[in-house]
Amino acid sequence: MAAIAVAGKDLRTEWRTRESLNSAVSFALVILVLFSFAFDLDRDEKLAISGGLLWLVYAFAGALIVNRSFAREVPNDCLEVLISSARGWAIFLGKSVACFVLLMVVELISLPIFGLFYNIHWTGSLLALLLVMALSTWGVTVVGTALSAITVNVRLRELMLPVLLYPLMIPLLIGAMEMTTGLLNGNAVLSDIRLLIVYDVMFTAIALYLIEFILVI
Amino acid sequence: MHAVAADGVWKYFGDYPALRGAKLEVAKGSCTALIGRNGAGKTTLLRILARLSKPTKGEVHIDGRIGYLGHGIGVYDDLSAFENLTLFGRLAGVANPNQSAEAALERVGLTRVKEGLAREFSRGMRQRLAIARAFLHDPELLLLDEPFTSLDDRAIDVLQKLLSEALARGSTIIMSTHQIREAMELATDVALLERGRMIYAGPRTTEMLLDPGYLYRTYAESPPESKG
Repeated sequence: MAAIAVAGKDLRTEWRTRESLNSAVSFALVILVLFSFAFDLDRDEKLAISGGLLWLVYAFAGALIVNRSFAREVPNDCLEVLISSARGWAIFLGKSVACFVLLMVVELISLPIFGLFYNIHWTGSLLALLLVMALSTWGVTVVGTALSAITVNVRLRELMLPVLLYPLMIPLLIGAMEMTTGLLNGNAVLSDIRLLIVYDVMFTAIALYLIEFILVI
Repeated sequence: MHAVAADGVWKYFGDYPALRGAKLEVAKGSCTALIGRNGAGKTTLLRILARLSKPTKGEVHIDGRIGYLGHGIGVYDDLSAFENLTLFGRLAGVANPNQSAEAALERVGLTRVKEGLAREFSRGMRQRLAIARAFLHDPELLLLDEPFTSLDDRAIDVLQKLLSEALARGSTIIMSTHQIREAMELATDVALLERGRMIYAGPRTTEMLLDPGYLYRTYAESPPESKG
């Protein structure tokens, strides 16, 4: 219940301010459009880089979104009140869910644009693609939200978070890129999805265990 | 039975001990004025009791739901007054958050502007909203960090009324303050911190009520820099 309330609060305030959604969507679209003009690739080459390109864009857009997750609590000392009102795991889970929804929105907006500019048909394996996107996005948001909690009181948190986040995401991004490229090429091995599941379960469990120590010091 | 029992509480910030073995036992239904000079450790102790900070050493036991009013206002600027209160009602596990929020807004005189965003409120209205938030779930233990500081007259009236009602209901109150005279009128007990040590914790006596300087003169090593 508390987690749902926190997620609802974050989504509602984001909907009103659009402070991270606007920047993440703009960033994703600009990068996809610029890359389509920057490289003169044939269809096979485009297919070969499709997963890598998409997940680089999603990872950077994800950093923009998770950066605001706990930073949103800084004005008026709201984090203090939140911690005194709800358990750490509920706050973390609620914030992760809100970031997940926001990043999925960014991905679902930019995916058709990607298909259009790169002339890649992505609707053929839509369900499998959505599954890979959901699992990978959860991994990005769960690690990002935990790091957002760690860096919330750091002076240069906007710089610190990506520095910490990207190295931790490497195994996840490798899996997501390979799976996405495979799906868009029509030769994906769905058993590779185990890597994403293991990553998600492992980092969710670690974050849920550590979040109380991170928030209450 | 104690609402709060803290024993041998130490808190270090780096090498600096903000609390040095502080001990505090607060009976249920009492109102304790937590007094001390700037840097004595009042806020640190309240934050530990509110579970916002962990003691480096020592034991802390809390009984009951906590309502916390800290230095910050603790309300979301981009939510309406009603949304702010229903959010905290849900977080506190209140049975009917909407109804509790309506009642709380009524108590602090913000019903008329309940749909307005907190960012559009005056400072006094935001303070009353923060007070409503702290009292929303009828907490058994109220932890208030200098609650009267920088409040406007109307917010002071609202807070005093809610504190009296909470005491009548049997809630326990611990409030840090520099306004000793006002605190003594409400307090049943007094806790005096000096440089992280609890140098007095006991009932508020008539001498303390009549003479705000009595506590410091009797127990503290040196007089306060400023009297409330």
